[in-house]
Amino acid sequence: MTMTADTLGRRQDRRPWLKRVADACEPYLYSAPSLILIIAVMLVPLVIGVSYAFRDIQLLNPFSGGFVGLEHFRALSKDAAFYGALKNTLWWTGASVLLQFVFGLILALLLDKPFWGRGVVQALVFLPWAVPSFLAGLNWAWLFNPVIGPIPHWLFALGLMSEPANILSDPHHAMWGPIIANVWWGIPFFAITLLAALQAIPRDLYEAASIDGAGWFQRFRSITLPFLAPTIAITVLLRTVWVSNFADLIVVMTGGGPADRTQIVASYIFTQAFKRLDFGYASAIALVLLVLLLAYSMLIILLRQTLLNKD
Amino acid sequence: MKRSLLPTIAHRLAILCYIVFALFPLFWLLKVSVTPNDLLYTEGVRMWPSRTTFEHYSFVIQHSAFPTFFKNSLIVSASTAVVVTICASLSGYALSRFNFRAKYWIVALMLLTQMFPLVMLVAPIFKILTPLHLTNSLTGLVVVYTAFNVPFATFLMQSFFDGIPKDLEEAAMIDGATQFTAFRQIILPLTLPGIAATLGFVFTAAWSELLFALMLINGNDAATFPVGLLTFVSKFSVDFGQMMAAGVLALIPAGLFFLLIQRYLVQGLTAGAVKG
Repeated sequence: MTMTADTLGRRQDRRPWLKRVADACEPYLYSAPSLILIIAVMLVPLVIGVSYAFRDIQLLNPFSGGFVGLEHFRALSKDAAFYGALKNTLWWTGASVLLQFVFGLILALLLDKPFWGRGVVQALVFLPWAVPSFLAGLNWAWLFNPVIGPIPHWLFALGLMSEPANILSDPHHAMWGPIIANVWWGIPFFAITLLAALQAIPRDLYEAASIDGAGWFQRFRSITLPFLAPTIAITVLLRTVWVSNFADLIVVMTGGGPADRTQIVASYIFTQAFKRLDFGYASAIALVLLVLLLAYSMLIILLRQTLLNKD
Repeated sequence: MKRSLLPTIAHRLAILCYIVFALFPLFWLLKVSVTPNDLLYTEGVRMWPSRTTFEHYSFVIQHSAFPTFFKNSLIVSASTAVVVTICASLSGYALSRFNFRAKYWIVALMLLTQMFPLVMLVAPIFKILTPLHLTNSLTGLVVVYTAFNVPFATFLMQSFFDGIPKDLEEAAMIDGATQFTAFRQIILPLTLPGIAATLGFVFTAAWSELLFALMLINGNDAATFPVGLLTFVSKFSVDFGQMMAAGVLALIPAGLFFLLIQRYLVQGLTAGAVKG
C-alpha cells in the first residue's frame, strides 16, 4: 500500500492538497500516543537526569538544588565503593552471560531434536522465565538460607562447607548467589532465541554432511556454529547490556552486601537514590554508566556492521 | 537401533537435569508453603513434609495486606497491558505499513530506550511525579510502566502485522474504506493472537517490576505485590511459611499468562531481544 501511495503521489497526484496532507500525517497519528509517552516518561526524565548529575539534589534537604559543576564526578573519582561496584559489574555480567549462554545453547541443542513430549518439556524448562524477578530473587535467597533452604546442607554434606552457612553472607562467595539465580532465570531466554535460529538451519545440509561421513562434532562445527554465529553475537552482546543494568536480583537477595561485595553499578545507583535520597550523586553515577554502555553499544553496532558486510 | 540407544539415554538424562534445575526452586517454594510451622525446622531438608497444611495460605488471604497488594498489582498490570497494547498496535501498524520520513528516527528512539539503564530514571521520574501527585498512586505506576513497555510491544506488534498480507487492506481500500477502517475491521481481528501475546508479555513485565514500584510507592495502600512481599520480608523475616505461600500466590497470574503466551515466546523474545 505504501509503495502504491508513494508512486501515485509522485507521478500523477490528483488528490486535493488537504487529502495529501492528511495522508502524509497518517503514520504520525498512529505513532503519536506511543511517541508522546516515550518522550514524556523516558526522554524528558533522561535529560533531566543528566542535568541532575551537575546539581546538588537531595530529596530531604530543601536548600539543595544548586549547580555544583563537576563536584559529583570529583567525588566519584575518589569513591572506592564505585570502583568496587564497577569491578563487581564486570564479574556479575561476565559470569551471568557466559553461563546463561552456555547452558542455553546446550538446552537449545537438546530441544532441537524431535522427541516424544517435547512440547511439555519445553514449557517446563522455559517456566523460570515467567517467574517475576523479585520472586526469583527471594526464592533463591531462601534456597541459600540454611534455616529453610537445602543448598547449604547439600554443600555441607559434599564437604564443600565446614558448616551449613548462608553463601549470601560470605563476603568471598556472596556474588555466586545472585549469579546462580540469574543463570536459572536467564537460561530460557538464550535457549528460546538459539532454538529459533537452530530451527532455521536447512535440514538437508546435515543429511548431506552425514552422507559424506561427517561426525556429530564436525557437523556442529562446520554447519551449526557458522549459522548460529550472527544470532549468538547479537544476543550475547545485547544481553550483556541488559544484565549489567539488571539490579533486581541483587537488591532483593543481598542489597549489595555483605560489605558491598555484591554491589553492582546499577544497584549502587538505586541505593543512592532510594536509601540516601541523594539524587544528584545517583544521577552522576548513572551518567557514567550510560557513557560506558553507549561506548559498548557502539562496539555492538560496529561489530554487527562487519558481520553483515562479511555475508 | 541398538547403536543409538546410548545417545538417546544421555539426551533424556540431560533433559531431565534441566527440568529438575528449572522446577526445583519452585517446588521448594510450594513445599515450604504447605509445611506446618512445627515441622519447618525439624524436617528441614526433607523433600516433602510428613504432614501438610494450608494454614499459611488462609492466614495470608485472611489476615494480611496481601489481598490488597494482589488487587493493586492486578489493577496496575492489567491496565498497563491494555493501554500498552492499544498504543503499540497503532505504532506497530505505522511501522509495518507506512514508509515515512521519521520512521528511521522512531525506530532508533525506541531501540535507544531499550538500551539505557532504566535505573537512571528513578530519581527524575520521582521528582516529576511528586508535584503531579502521581507518587504513591497506581495511576502513576501505570503511566510509567506503559511508557517502559511501549517500545518492546511496538516491535512485537510490528512483527505480527508484518505476517499479514497487505492485499487485504488494499482490497478494502479499493472498495472505499479508509486505511484506519481497514486496520480496525480487517487487520486487528486477524492479529488477535498477536494482541493476546502482547497483553501477556506486558502483563508479566508489569507484574514483575520492582525498582520503580519501590521508589514511587510507600505505604501499604498502593503497594504492589513485589513491594508488599519485600517489605514483609524485611520486617518480619521469620514466618517463611507465610512468605512462601504469598510467593506461590504471586506466581499464579504470571504462570497463567506464561501458558497463554508460550507459543509466541520466540516471536516476542526476538522482537525485544534486549528485554528479558
